[in-house]
Amino acid sequence: MKRVLSFILIILISQLQIVNFAVAGEDGTLALNENNKSEREIKDCFEKLNRGIFTFNQGLDKVLFKPLAKGYRALPKPVRSGTGNVLNNITNIVTIPNNILQGNITEAGINSLRLIINTTLGIFGIFDVAEYYGIKKLEKEDYGQTLGHWGVNEGCYIVLPVLGPSTVRDTVGSLANFVGGDAWYNITVAKDTQYFSEADYYLSRIGSGVDFRAKNLEAFDSLEKNSLDLYASVKSLYLQDRERKIKNIDEATETMNDDDWEELESENK
Amino acid sequence: MKIIKILIISLFCFFINNLSLAKNPSSLIIELVDEASNVLSSSDPVESKIIKLNDIAERSVDINGIGMYALGKYRKAISDDQKTKYKKLFKSYFLKSFSSRLVDYTDPKINVVSQRKINEKYTIVNSELEATAKRPKIKIDWRIYTKNPEKPLIRDLIVEGLSLARTQKEEFNSIIQNNDGDISALFKSLEEFLIK
Repeated sequence: MKRVLSFILIILISQLQIVNFAVAGEDGTLALNENNKSEREIKDCFEKLNRGIFTFNQGLDKVLFKPLAKGYRALPKPVRSGTGNVLNNITNIVTIPNNILQGNITEAGINSLRLIINTTLGIFGIFDVAEYYGIKKLEKEDYGQTLGHWGVNEGCYIVLPVLGPSTVRDTVGSLANFVGGDAWYNITVAKDTQYFSEADYYLSRIGSGVDFRAKNLEAFDSLEKNSLDLYASVKSLYLQDRERKIKNIDEATETMNDDDWEELESENK
Repeated sequence: MKIIKILIISLFCFFINNLSLAKNPSSLIIELVDEASNVLSSSDPVESKIIKLNDIAERSVDINGIGMYALGKYRKAISDDQKTKYKKLFKSYFLKSFSSRLVDYTDPKINVVSQRKINEKYTIVNSELEATAKRPKIKIDWRIYTKNPEKPLIRDLIVEGLSLARTQKEEFNSIIQNNDGDISALFKSLEEFLIK
């Protein structure tokens, strides 16, 4: 298993390097453009394969995730928010080391405090007691975001079976979870303890997916109904979302590129 | 002296007049949301609701501007005839998808939170769609084109940080690119959507 993981890691990292060099080589103005909030095109190197996996994921969503999400949505609200809170609380385990790796020590402190308060007083995170005490929930962070924060480019856009849209950088980042970077994975899967089992880890992952899907049932339906090319729309939305999260900004306009709008102005003059 | 007096009064009147004509971007959104909310919560049949919603969109959204933006780099490569055809198709596409997205909501509660002027031409209005039992609160920012202050127009909707205009542009560009830069492939997709 470790050998397979190492092999995949080497392939992905080499991909990342190749793409970074290729992009830099093609366009010397890239660094300048990035500073000007320009929309950098992210290569879809495996588009045919990606579209195939996307169709497979769509099918899986139709027969599994969507019905599960609908069932979950039928549960009473306190049950859903309690479940959502527990799952959110677990994500702090990955967010905290990433806060530190990105040099955001205050955020790491706030998230640690939230984790301790909600796990104890909030009974494993069912109740968001920290919020009650005025300690607001912060944005989640992961290893892909940390790599982005360090200046690593996205590499190619890829669609993973079951897991959905990603990039080479984000996939490489997520592998860190399986080599010690995720304490929740360590105590459930890697080192089986008497308190938790492997099933707890996989249940929490599936639960997060279903919780997210349930919160976005209408939005997904609307996107599906109104898209001319759903694959391209999902890709665009995913990449925009990652860009915003990596730059840790709330104001959407700060990540937006005005070049095309400006060009439109001059054309209309 | 009399001339100067008349001049000052005229200038003052002109200034006041201009002030009263200029429309605050936040007011545009508040009016739009109220109007749409009234339509959606009415007991009118769906077809009538769609007609009314389309009328609101035509008055407050820069449909042509969004359409040209959505073409991206291909905007410069099309002929005048293609441009005319595209504008017509895009308008129908926009209105159909706009009303179909909205008609599922019965009474959306959107509160305008703040507004921020980016430059003379653009102001961003920040608002929030209130949470319901089914979904959490959603942040919606509106990019308002204010070049003509008397008639501000919506150019983009940014939902939770995701720009719908940019998504549209990348979607259209993907269709054209996958058909060797042939814009008629986009026309075909738009026509297929309209007859769906």
